[in-house]
Amino acid sequence: MTDIIDRPNEPRTREPISTSSEWTFPLIEKYDEEIAKCAAEFGLDTYPNQVEVISAEQMMDAYSSVGMPVGYHHWSFGKQFLSTSKGYQRGQMGLAYEIVINSNPCIAYLMEENTLPMQALVIAHASYGHNSFFKGNYLFRTWTDASAIIDYLVFARHYVAECEERYGVDAVEEILDSCHALMNYGVDRYKRPAPISAAEEARRQKEREEYQQRRMNDLWRTIPKMGEDEDPVKRKQRYPEEPQENILYFIEKNAPLLQTWQREIIRIVRKLAQYFYPQRQTQVMNEGWATFWHYTLLHRMYDKGLVNDGFMMEFLQSHTAVVYQPPFDSPWYSGINPYTLGFSIFTDLRRICENPTDEDRQWFPDFAGSDWLETLHFAMKNFKDESFIQQFLSPKVMRDLKLFAIQNDDQEDVYRITAIHDDPGYRILREKLARQYNLSYREPNIQVWNVDVRGDRSLTLRHIPVDRVPLGDDTDEVLRHVHRLWGFDVHLESVDDGLVVDEAHCPPKDLDEE
Amino acid sequence: MGMTHVVDRRLNGKNKSAVNRERFLRRYRQHIKKAVADAVHRRSITDIERGENVSIPSRDTDEPIFHHGQGGKREMVHPGNKEFVTGDTVPKPPGGGGKGQGQGQASPDGEGMDEFAFQITQEEFLDFLFDDLELPNLARKKLKDTEAFKYVRSGFSTDGVPAKLDVVRSLRGAHARRLGLSGARRKKIRRMEEELAALKSAPADLDAAFSHEDQIKALEEEIAELKANVRRIPFIDEIDLRYRQHIKKPQPATSAVMFCLMDVSGSMTQMHKDIAKRFFILLYLFLKKNYKKIEVVFIRHHTSAKEVDEEEFFYSRETGGTIVSSALKLMHKIIESRYSPAEWNIYAAQASDGDNWNDDSPICSKLLADSILPLVQYYAYVEITPQDHQMLWYEYEKIQERFPQSFALQQISDPGEIYPVFRQLFERKAA
Repeated sequence: MTDIIDRPNEPRTREPISTSSEWTFPLIEKYDEEIAKCAAEFGLDTYPNQVEVISAEQMMDAYSSVGMPVGYHHWSFGKQFLSTSKGYQRGQMGLAYEIVINSNPCIAYLMEENTLPMQALVIAHASYGHNSFFKGNYLFRTWTDASAIIDYLVFARHYVAECEERYGVDAVEEILDSCHALMNYGVDRYKRPAPISAAEEARRQKEREEYQQRRMNDLWRTIPKMGEDEDPVKRKQRYPEEPQENILYFIEKNAPLLQTWQREIIRIVRKLAQYFYPQRQTQVMNEGWATFWHYTLLHRMYDKGLVNDGFMMEFLQSHTAVVYQPPFDSPWYSGINPYTLGFSIFTDLRRICENPTDEDRQWFPDFAGSDWLETLHFAMKNFKDESFIQQFLSPKVMRDLKLFAIQNDDQEDVYRITAIHDDPGYRILREKLARQYNLSYREPNIQVWNVDVRGDRSLTLRHIPVDRVPLGDDTDEVLRHVHRLWGFDVHLESVDDGLVVDEAHCPPKDLDEE
Repeated sequence: MGMTHVVDRRLNGKNKSAVNRERFLRRYRQHIKKAVADAVHRRSITDIERGENVSIPSRDTDEPIFHHGQGGKREMVHPGNKEFVTGDTVPKPPGGGGKGQGQGQASPDGEGMDEFAFQITQEEFLDFLFDDLELPNLARKKLKDTEAFKYVRSGFSTDGVPAKLDVVRSLRGAHARRLGLSGARRKKIRRMEEELAALKSAPADLDAAFSHEDQIKALEEEIAELKANVRRIPFIDEIDLRYRQHIKKPQPATSAVMFCLMDVSGSMTQMHKDIAKRFFILLYLFLKKNYKKIEVVFIRHHTSAKEVDEEEFFYSRETGGTIVSSALKLMHKIIESRYSPAEWNIYAAQASDGDNWNDDSPICSKLLADSILPLVQYYAYVEITPQDHQMLWYEYEKIQERFPQSFALQQISDPGEIYPVFRQLFERKAA
């Protein structure tokens, strides 16, 4: 934080808004009003805000429904709730200060236990930081529809509840379990999806029911045309012709035995996966942006004399805790803290614009010395974590964080340090760190490869390993879920460089052979 | 500005997760049932009403997803480099463990990471226990109500329902109010009336100039007006109304003693005793709802009887034959010396596998009929055996015919059968 360039001290003639750390509703409104003024000075463009004060118990509720203000019922949310409340009651874990929903209006939760400086921090962080990110970042703009999400969640909740009533809690739970297992494979990464809308969903639902059945019949004509099976071209042809990465979508549209309501539930989980997809890809940016702005906005308040030294002391203490990065050998280390990384990059970006060094001019000729606000907004709007790091991680940040890359090759007896924060290492480090945030590097690349349309109707998934990294030990379990949805045999082959290096089957093949 | 809407949601329902939590418990009910059964075994029968910690193997609660496994070539960027330079190598720990990636960490409280641990509430605990006992819902509810209440008079209040209106007190209040409000005026009226009387009794002055006529008239008018004023004070006003106020008070008023009698001869296995323990628990929970103070007396017997503590009662083993009457005699002796039936409600539950020396059974029957049943509220006998009955049962059947109100007997071979015998007691007493 020492790097923040303080504004020249303006005369601090005003009285601070408050001096006690007890909050009241009028005070929250007053702080919000002043924070909004500061945000406007910096050109932050936000959805309207809705700030909701809730109790710790309600925060645990909000937590366990992964931040969805309305959710369908599922045991996994109950499990989340139990572990959250246990951790909280034992004091092992503080609750997050805030939860913010990407919706219009943008809903932010404040916990009633927070002190006034904390409430101000959360408002600046969530209602102006995250909010402007939701509204500005291209992934959110493309993949989510903030004005429709709440309605859609309500639709989903009702639909699931209705299914539970008609088909039983167990039947619905089974489908949801299976969908959740594949939730990360429920998104088209490269196609722009239709935005979610509840009204549209309800209108089209009926239409889909009829259409799907017709389509299913087309695909699963059981009587092959005369001579077709002998046609070598037709026999070689795969279905789908191109591999499909959206496994849930493929199942929803093609699984032979599913009932309409089951397809609809798959669709609901898919839509939620789509809603969360941008968040999974912008964690560093989103938290970094929000942290940069709570820091900047509250300092601006201080410069205006709206908050006093005591307020700033408390605020800075919380801020420092948020951006603390334990080193790799610390017992508290659990990977890179996205708040730290994102905050460091945005803060350094501002420095590069305002006070560029020779190194900066050499590394960032396009924007060293440019208007910092414009550059930060540009960065916020047009990137995701991977490309953001690739584009903006500076040598200075790498030095400050003392980054290094370590290679673990199972064919070697030692770990290898492949790059550190020095001249030859910067570019390598940056590339490796960027790749670390690439979703398709973090999650195995698995796609729908083929359906034996004319044979046993089995579904084959294909896994393309990167650097020989195999699949984890959940694989068989997940395949059972795929099998439940698909209804016929499911195969998974790992294909490295044209060779099948591993296979898994459900039901397991070995049993058949024995 | 003005775009922000601040809402106080604190009064909205918490427990939004209640259904999800319930779904979780439902999914893992087998695990939880086992934990509850273990807890019942472990706990004292007077210590049933609290929650319990439950641990479930994490692999059973995991939600599987496709993820990378160990192996291949991985590269990770980490912060906090101290002395590494590019090209350094670090030996791998033996066994091929991962590199400080948070794998295999122990949780701070020593619970393994491969256990998913959580707490169930007292209510949930009882629910699972009652499930085990196949208790119907109505009975559950009555047993779980944390306190039985009785409404007691507690003074008066200014609002309430018409049925609670206290007429006498309200009217008395009205009277007082009327007096209070009119006091000054009445005093004035009295003074003026005295004045008037004085004027009237004064000898009439013939001189019209000194006539009191005008004065008298003025006084009379004023008095009339004041009296009208006083009359206008309402006879009864809303503020006079008094309602009898009742408050809820925990009801259990008296004391009960519960005798647990159990055969601990060699033929009673731990399984028998665990079933018996559940029966005793149920009886205890029932008594606790109805009595303020409960004492529990444990009497174990084989050929001779002994008063023991709970631990010894349930968990120490004896061998040898069985003389049931020894326990009944001891019970009677304890009642006489410590639990006067005038002060105590006496309940007894006897558990046995039905073994008794044949010569002894008629003695038991006589003891019950002559000395014990007249003193107790209820005596329940459970015979835990799948086998044919022996002498003791037939003797007890005769007792049951003679004392249908205070004696019950039932044969049970698994926990699900405990409830019917309990119900007889429950229905009669809770009616």
